[in-house]
Amino acid sequence: MTLSAKNHLLFSLILIFSSPLLSAKPDGEQLYTTHCSACHGADGHGGVGVPLALPDFQYGVTNDYLKKSIRLGRPGRIMPAFTQLKDDEVNAIVKYIRSWAPGKPFKYSNKKINGNVAHGKQLYQKNCASCHGSKGEGGKGTGVTFSRPRDLPIIAPALNNPGFLSSAPDLMIKTVLMNGREGTPMLSYLKLGLSEKDIDDVVSYVRSFENNIVATKSNEKLEPIISYESPNSLEKTVESIERAAIGKNFRIIRKQYLNQGLVKAGQENKKQVMIYFCNFNLLNRALAIDPRIGLFLPCRITALEKDGKVLVMASNPLYMSRLFNNEKLTKLCQEMYDVYSDIVEESTF
Amino acid sequence: MNIMKILMTLFLFSFIASVQAEGLMMARTKQNFPEAMLKLQETIRSFNYEVSRVQRIDIGLTKSGYATDKYRIVFFGTEKEIALISEKYPHLIPFVPWKIAIFAEQEDTLLISADPMQFADKKHPAADKILLKWKKDIGKFMNILRKSE
Ligand code: HEC
Ligand code: HEC
Repeated sequence: MTLSAKNHLLFSLILIFSSPLLSAKPDGEQLYTTHCSACHGADGHGGVGVPLALPDFQYGVTNDYLKKSIRLGRPGRIMPAFTQLKDDEVNAIVKYIRSWAPGKPFKYSNKKINGNVAHGKQLYQKNCASCHGSKGEGGKGTGVTFSRPRDLPIIAPALNNPGFLSSAPDLMIKTVLMNGREGTPMLSYLKLGLSEKDIDDVVSYVRSFENNIVATKSNEKLEPIISYESPNSLEKTVESIERAAIGKNFRIIRKQYLNQGLVKAGQENKKQVMIYFCNFNLLNRALAIDPRIGLFLPCRITALEKDGKVLVMASNPLYMSRLFNNEKLTKLCQEMYDVYSDIVEESTF
Repeated sequence: MNIMKILMTLFLFSFIASVQAEGLMMARTKQNFPEAMLKLQETIRSFNYEVSRVQRIDIGLTKSGYATDKYRIVFFGTEKEIALISEKYPHLIPFVPWKIAIFAEQEDTLLISADPMQFADKKHPAADKILLKWKKDIGKFMNILRKSE
């Protein structure tokens, strides 16, 4: 290879491998589409996430609030923390989100509001708890009600969330309460009859949620699967799984071989059986909390024969629940975990 | 040959960055549900997977009196990969065939899948290779759907 050919090759290699690192300016629209639009909608009208394009939101929040929200996410409230993005990528996303803005956003100082927390608590319980939860934990579900009917057209966000509290200065919270957000269930409390002093008290109460933040769940190691050995034949084991599931108020919706549909009909491995079962009330409740959970429903237990043993296996719902960053799912997944363990234990008894 | 070293480091770096597990993989497409459903299955097949089954979550719900928009689960895989997993990596059996949830959100459609790489385990490099392939392919399906109008 001549020197120049070698250089040419090197140069092309550099271009190929480093293009994502060298590219002059990150493309905000593309980054938004990749990282945000699934939840917040292609043009910010909301979805699993709250709307970002509404004028009152755009006027009422600072770029700093947007940047911090992206970095910190909303722990336990679905929105992930985007720690992997570079600063200029976050800036590009914010710039893109601002392309929906009707005008210049407000500016806030970080001045602390020193309201009366006890009075604020009273006002909060009376005026806000019905939507934002008595501890500020947010409404049931999140975002905008598109895929199923729920309590409100937009579910009230969590106010006790460390991601929210670290991003929002007191004066921003005050502005939301003074003005409301037109086009959402969040109304102006000045118009609803609270005085500015009352509103300051509520702001200080919301700020006091900071004192009750519990560190998010431990990193306790969870096994991805639940697995037991059955002393019975495969056929008997499958029967007892079905019986156990029905005994727990589930309906068997389907039984099929593991590789069915992937091999020619008649050539399936008959020693591997998947049993799908469902309780539509539970499913409906789960989907209202997080529409994405359908990915792990209906429930499934697999029974199979391997090396002369009969095994009963299921994915561990507690392990799965971690993928969703949704505190309210954790409780439901604990319920599911108990059901799975009971069925697996019962059928391998 | 310093530059080669730098290149290798860059390459390794981007490789490592791209294989980090990310929990859930999600995408929104502007296609309506029937179009997105067709496009997804067509795309899966064009990557040489079989669609082994489509589970209709919405039907059971509506029959039981609950309102929901269209909601399906698409299972896919290959005969070879599922055979290898059954034979050698039974700890992955509860997760196969791999699946993508697809549901309508008004005129748009959402796609969700779990990132296969979270089950990667250095003890099983051959299984990890399959998981990485799935992750990359699911990423490609999602990109194709994102760009479909
Ligand atoms: C009828 C239900 C409802 C009531 C009552 C209500 N809110 Fe809201 N609130 C909402 C919704 C919905 C949003 C999200 C609006 C949006 O999408 O921008 C919201 C947004 C907010 C925000 C902005 C949060 C964020 O993440 O941007 C704050 C702060 C807030 N509310 C505080 C309060 C307080 C304090 C009260 C009582 C004085 C109250 N809200 C009463 C429904 C309600
Ligand atoms: C997996 C879904 C999801 C993804 C992805 C996501 N978000 Fe969110 N986001 C949410 C949810 C849900 C909330 C509301 C949390 C609540 O209800 O307490 C939220 C809240 C927010 C808020 C606060 C809104 C307000 O009213 O104060 C901002 C800002 C935001 N997201 C921006 C983004 C940006 C920018 C991205 C992409 C970098 C992104 N989000 C990605 C789900 C998501």
